[in-house]
Amino acid sequence: MDGTENVTDRVPVVIVDDLHVKYRVFASGRAARRTKTGLLSRTQGGVRYVHALKGVSFTAYQNESIGVIGANGSGKSTLMRAIVGLTPPHSGAVFASSRPNLLGVGAALMPNLSGESNIVLGGLALGFPKKEIAGMRDGIVEFAELQEFIDLPMRTYSSGMQARLKFAIAASKQHEILIVDEALSVGDKRFQKRSEARIREIRDAAGTIFLVSHSHQSIRDTCSRTLWLNKGELMADGPTEEVMAAYEAHRSAQ
Amino acid sequence: MSLADIAAQHGLHRVGARPKLGKYLKQTWDRRDFIIALARYRLQSDLANNRLGVLWLVLRPLLNAIVYGVIFGLLQGPNRGADYPAVVVTGVFLFEYFSSSLSRGAKSVTGNRSLVQSLAFPRLTLPVAEVIEGFFSLLPSLAVLAVLLPILGHWPTWSWLLMIPLLVIFTVFNAGVAMFVARLTVHVQDLTQFLPFVTRILFYTSGVLFNVDTIFKTYPWVLQLYDFHPVYQVLRIARSVLMGNQVYDPMYWWYFSAWALVAFVGGLLFFWVAEERYGRD
Repeated sequence: MDGTENVTDRVPVVIVDDLHVKYRVFASGRAARRTKTGLLSRTQGGVRYVHALKGVSFTAYQNESIGVIGANGSGKSTLMRAIVGLTPPHSGAVFASSRPNLLGVGAALMPNLSGESNIVLGGLALGFPKKEIAGMRDGIVEFAELQEFIDLPMRTYSSGMQARLKFAIAASKQHEILIVDEALSVGDKRFQKRSEARIREIRDAAGTIFLVSHSHQSIRDTCSRTLWLNKGELMADGPTEEVMAAYEAHRSAQ
Repeated sequence: MSLADIAAQHGLHRVGARPKLGKYLKQTWDRRDFIIALARYRLQSDLANNRLGVLWLVLRPLLNAIVYGVIFGLLQGPNRGADYPAVVVTGVFLFEYFSSSLSRGAKSVTGNRSLVQSLAFPRLTLPVAEVIEGFFSLLPSLAVLAVLLPILGHWPTWSWLLMIPLLVIFTVFNAGVAMFVARLTVHVQDLTQFLPFVTRILFYTSGVLFNVDTIFKTYPWVLQLYDFHPVYQVLRIARSVLMGNQVYDPMYWWYFSAWALVAFVGGLLFFWVAEERYGRD
């Protein structure tokens, strides 16, 4: 399919095996009678089942960076959350050589605390030992460009500054398997370039990266292989240029 | 060869699988710095917007004790028993630790949805961090207690040191309760609305404000039931340790320890079994 099936010396790090994910949603209000998406498989007493992934399979190898594209609601984020183990599969399974990480630490941070304290808290939430965090601190502050503001409460930061701090904490460590879900669209152009460069650094140091983005440019710049999801199904899996071309043709045909 | 076979051949593990209990406990233990940071920073963050800041940790239980003490002291008249102020202050302060563990524990998983959904860590850290936070807020109250008791005529004795093992057992008990309700509210969200009533019922039945022995003098079977009331026991033990005139049979140390052990092991198993379930919608 992607011409790599027979290459035996490559090390698989993530295997997604016929993955199905269904959400149970307590629906309030009335559903539209006819939904074009086809995601709603049945309705029962106010509970709706959303079949978000319908049998996705692929193998990711070490040192690969894989783009994930698809329209809104196609299941990209669900697939990523399933790979990290945050969304349990309905059937099928995800196997990985080490626990994949989602790039993002925002939920662990507290707006009332200083940037300084949030670096410690975020680092601990990501699972780093205390000593290591002390060592990472200067690098994080520098990358986030927050030298003068690091002792102020995070709520006083602009949204761009907050986003920079969150990215800097989350990307501070070498990850073996890293999932980047739309995180590269934060900050100004210059910071976006620097975050993309950081992501490539992680990849080059023997990491495997999944990049979910609506920005085709950042996927083209970063990823050699791309997955295209449509309504919960894997439409294509192959070299970025080919998949992109097919995706764009599909979109303009609609 | 199926994908699962290839995975097995290359030593890949299934993601999100619940670890064995021993491994789970070790993972949680490895996260102890995170637990303490979560508790400390949350407390700090909650107080940051208040002018009096950390002083509220002392003022809140103190005002509680004064309000309840005055109202119920007057209502009960001579029935309130000896040493009423000291009894009420000890009771209110310690009960606060239990009730905060219960209410915070109940929200520990459901209230941290975005955290649970974005980062992977043993979820056990969440209810435990809430109990530790409750413990941190108890410390200033204990300092106030240490000042108030001599004023109310109870000079420090060596038996005050027994508060240390008592608080350890109490913490184990609270952690068990917190883990238990943390999972319960995941299944039955409505419980969050109901728990304040449970807390209030326990508040009025744990002998925080009433002298149980006097009230149920004519109902000995009720008094026997109190032998199985863990929150009542911890308050009575604490009073007997802190105040010379509040005698309580030392065997209740064993009763309460058994409660704590059962609550902790039960709560832990109950919470661990559903580990894969947390964060799922």
